Amino acid sequence: MKTADLVQAIAAYDGKPLTLMEVCGTHTAAISECGIPSLLPPAIRLISGPGCPVCVTVSAYIDRLIQLATSPNTCVVSFGDLLRVKGSSGDLCSTKGARVEMVYTPFRALELAESDPHTTFVFAAVGFETTAPLYALLVEQIIARGIENLKLLTALKTMPAVIRTLCKEDNAGGNACTADFVSTIDGFIAPGHVATVTGSALFEALAQEVGKPFAVAGFTAPSLLAAILALTKSAGRAEVYNFYPSAVTKEGNRDALAKVDRYFEPCTAAWRGLGTIPDSGLRLRAAFAHLDAGSDALTADHIPAGCHCGQVIAGKCAPADCPMFGKVCTPESPIGACMVSMEGACYHHYINDRH
Amino acid sequence: MCVAMPGRVLSVKDGIARVDFDGNLIEARADLVQVKKGDRVLVHAGLIIQKLSATEAEEMESIFADLREIMGESDENR
Repeated sequence: MKTADLVQAIAAYDGKPLTLMEVCGTHTAAISECGIPSLLPPAIRLISGPGCPVCVTVSAYIDRLIQLATSPNTCVVSFGDLLRVKGSSGDLCSTKGARVEMVYTPFRALELAESDPHTTFVFAAVGFETTAPLYALLVEQIIARGIENLKLLTALKTMPAVIRTLCKEDNAGGNACTADFVSTIDGFIAPGHVATVTGSALFEALAQEVGKPFAVAGFTAPSLLAAILALTKSAGRAEVYNFYPSAVTKEGNRDALAKVDRYFEPCTAAWRGLGTIPDSGLRLRAAFAHLDAGSDALTADHIPAGCHCGQVIAGKCAPADCPMFGKVCTPESPIGACMVSMEGACYHHYINDRH
Repeated sequence: MCVAMPGRVLSVKDGIARVDFDGNLIEARADLVQVKKGDRVLVHAGLIIQKLSATEAEEMESIFADLREIMGESDENR
């Protein structure tokens, strides 16, 4: 068997129409970059899910970051992809007077804080299970080094509860943007790097619960194509496959999970377009609350008029069905978060003409 | 944001690994995975999150072997 055989087997699929969701934003990017949508037959529809952390972050969180970045002697430290996401009235990048440092790793914030003790640095701690261990280590280092001018503003998310929510909404019929949009999800391409940390066992329990198959995939074309092909063979059954075996084990990275559990606890989290979902996020435990920069109650979710990001994130609307898509909302001048992020569904539908 | 890149460990000192990504050298923390020189690892935002247990070629073989089984099982279930 070769990759070409996978392509041929998928192209030959002529069963009932299937909608498969890639939950992870990095998968959204890899699927587009590999040209996979153009290889699919009409009966297989791939939709993007709520796995891009930037896309699912609500406006209240961005507003709080802007408030902090414009406060005296305060600097926000962030990964680059959050800087152009709009809050209720602007973004970090274009707010006059906002002090922001872009970094590639959270650990850079330790050096920043130690080199400038008169400034309070706030790390914009967004992400999923993959990134949570970095923030746990960051907290550990803040404490170990006795750093008093570095805090976290958290909007950490976890996968299981939001997937359950999508499946429940699915069963209830959903609210598609267009009448012909198929919103039933027949299977999930499970996030590879989340599974690297959590282990594939997480998805075994979830598959049994929601009665749908999950295929953990890596980020190469063969791995993603294998996941799609396996899902076409198992629709309606609670199967779990692992097509990223070099990185994903059943139990995951136990040390990473233990470190996250030491510093964080589950909490209700606010998701753009999906509302608040119990047990779908992580917050600092009470013993470390002094390191929090005001993350509680950031639930307001202002979405610009006409923007369909909320429905896109829930897989209920294709990006091209949003009336703003490609007209007033483009990567050069994004309105919605899904067009800002390089892992966003709208961004990839736009730059790769994904249909 | 969940991007992670595979690289090879060149050296480890005081919990910091020097990792080679096809000629690009970076430093990554090795707090959560025991690694040694020569290991292939997955690095996410400056942290090694897993040691890779197989080469890309071995992974392809494993994927195709699993698929053959799935396809066979599926045919039997029809």
